[in-house]
Amino acid sequence: MSAAITVTNLQKTYGEVRALDGVSFTVAEGEVLALLGPNGAGKTTAVEILEGYRRADEGDIEVLGFHPATGGRGFRDRIGIVLQETGVEEVLCVREALELYGMAYSRQRPVDELISLVGLEEKGDSRIKTLSGGQRRRLDLALGLAGDPDLVFLDEPTTGFDPAARRKSWELVEGLTDLGKTILLTTHYLDEAQHLADRIVVLAEGRIVAEGTPESLGSAQVVTTVRFSVSDTADLPAIGDGSEIAENRVTYRSTDPTADLYTLTRWATDRGVELAGLEVTRPSLEDIYLDIMEEADRAGDRE
Amino acid sequence: MTVLRADLSLLWRQIRSQNRTFWRTPVAAFFTLALPVFFLALFSVLFGGSEVADGYRFAQFFAPAMAVFAACSATFSNLAIGTAFARDQGILKRVRGTPLPPWVYMAGRIGSGVWIAVISVVAMFVVGWSLFGFVMLWDNVGVALSVFVLGMATFSALGLSVCAVVRTADTVPAVTNAVFLPMAFISGIFIPLEDAPAWLVVLGDIFPLKHFAEPFGASFNPFHTGPVLGWENLATMGGWLVLGMVLTTRFFNWDPRGSR
Repeated sequence: MSAAITVTNLQKTYGEVRALDGVSFTVAEGEVLALLGPNGAGKTTAVEILEGYRRADEGDIEVLGFHPATGGRGFRDRIGIVLQETGVEEVLCVREALELYGMAYSRQRPVDELISLVGLEEKGDSRIKTLSGGQRRRLDLALGLAGDPDLVFLDEPTTGFDPAARRKSWELVEGLTDLGKTILLTTHYLDEAQHLADRIVVLAEGRIVAEGTPESLGSAQVVTTVRFSVSDTADLPAIGDGSEIAENRVTYRSTDPTADLYTLTRWATDRGVELAGLEVTRPSLEDIYLDIMEEADRAGDRE
Repeated sequence: MTVLRADLSLLWRQIRSQNRTFWRTPVAAFFTLALPVFFLALFSVLFGGSEVADGYRFAQFFAPAMAVFAACSATFSNLAIGTAFARDQGILKRVRGTPLPPWVYMAGRIGSGVWIAVISVVAMFVVGWSLFGFVMLWDNVGVALSVFVLGMATFSALGLSVCAVVRTADTVPAVTNAVFLPMAFISGIFIPLEDAPAWLVVLGDIFPLKHFAEPFGASFNPFHTGPVLGWENLATMGGWLVLGMVLTTRFFNWDPRGSR
């Protein structure tokens, strides 16, 4: 597989703020890559550079064989951009808008096909201003696909959606991967990245702080948490990375939970101590993500 | 060559789509078309019941003035306000992400504005002729047409330059009207400037609207003597045209963020 996107050492500074500080990644053809990170992590800046809306201060960029800033018409002919909050003439009908925004592409998808792809059959001849929020976003997606692009940029496709609308939107995106499209998606929802992406790049403060498949990210640094209450905390065994004690409630963090639990329970039965409210929790991906962010924060502070 | 042919076909479709958007936006259609027709009717009823001179009635002088007013509103005001709102809503950003050449989009907006201007001019003449005794004089139609073409170019460029210089969409309508309405008054669109103080006349001479309205009106004025069009008309409009183009190309921004 060849690369649809290659980015090396991307740098972008706005005044004093380093929006991007040496970001490098590749996206293979047909791959779904999620750029994950909190607001202000540099996701949007990175994507807007790749879309050709902004110029990087430094870095090598190749998208579908073009440099986005100079690729011009030939480049835009092969990409589809679905941004949050990009307007469209609300007095036009769905069909008219799709015709208008599709007209300049060399490879136009038939309007009826687009409409049924996003499930707006009932609304084809309705004015856009009469669409619901979810329908609007589906129209946005259809507009982004009007030129049958090889590469689709999806900017936070489900921000502000209710759970049902999110599911529906995910199904649509999954449909795109079945069509063989390369997708670069930004999101600040971990579960969304996990659900949709083949690979996740985690950005924080303009840097990549983690990268991998959803599975490998999940197993990278699994720290199991063990919690219980005891009446006397004086003589606890030394396991994991030490204990935190708050009013007789003890918390261990363990990277080897099998051995540590054995030590702990033997200690308790030997002394006849009751481990009240014993709890063993594996971190959710959410926790791992928060850990990564915290780690990135600390790294930032050390500088 | 085939690329250009294809682009012209895109332009045609862009203009048609802009027109469609215009007619479906009642407030724009009202201010551009209905308001000048209303002014024409009102002023003609107030002042034009009897003949002004020699069988000619008030509308003979006022219909061309209202035609210019409407044409400038269709280009200057509509391009400034319409483009600013489109930018604010991110429509321009969306367009910029497609392979549509930027010049085709802008030319589409201008083309649509000029088309609506042509409709407005025809509407003023037809209403003036059918209801208020305007008589079409054909002798200077060629000159009027040339003045119209230059005027449209100038006011289109100026409209876009307002949108280029003023980044806040909410401010653009205020700025546009604050410029356009006083300019209409000091340019003799509503009231002749014969009794106006000299400084006001000079002020009007600086701005381009008077240099559009006077030769255009003179083309249909049976009592006008001497040349209809003067060099100062061409020079002033041309100067503002260049200024508008320079400001637009220098400062125009497609990104909604620039406007917040």
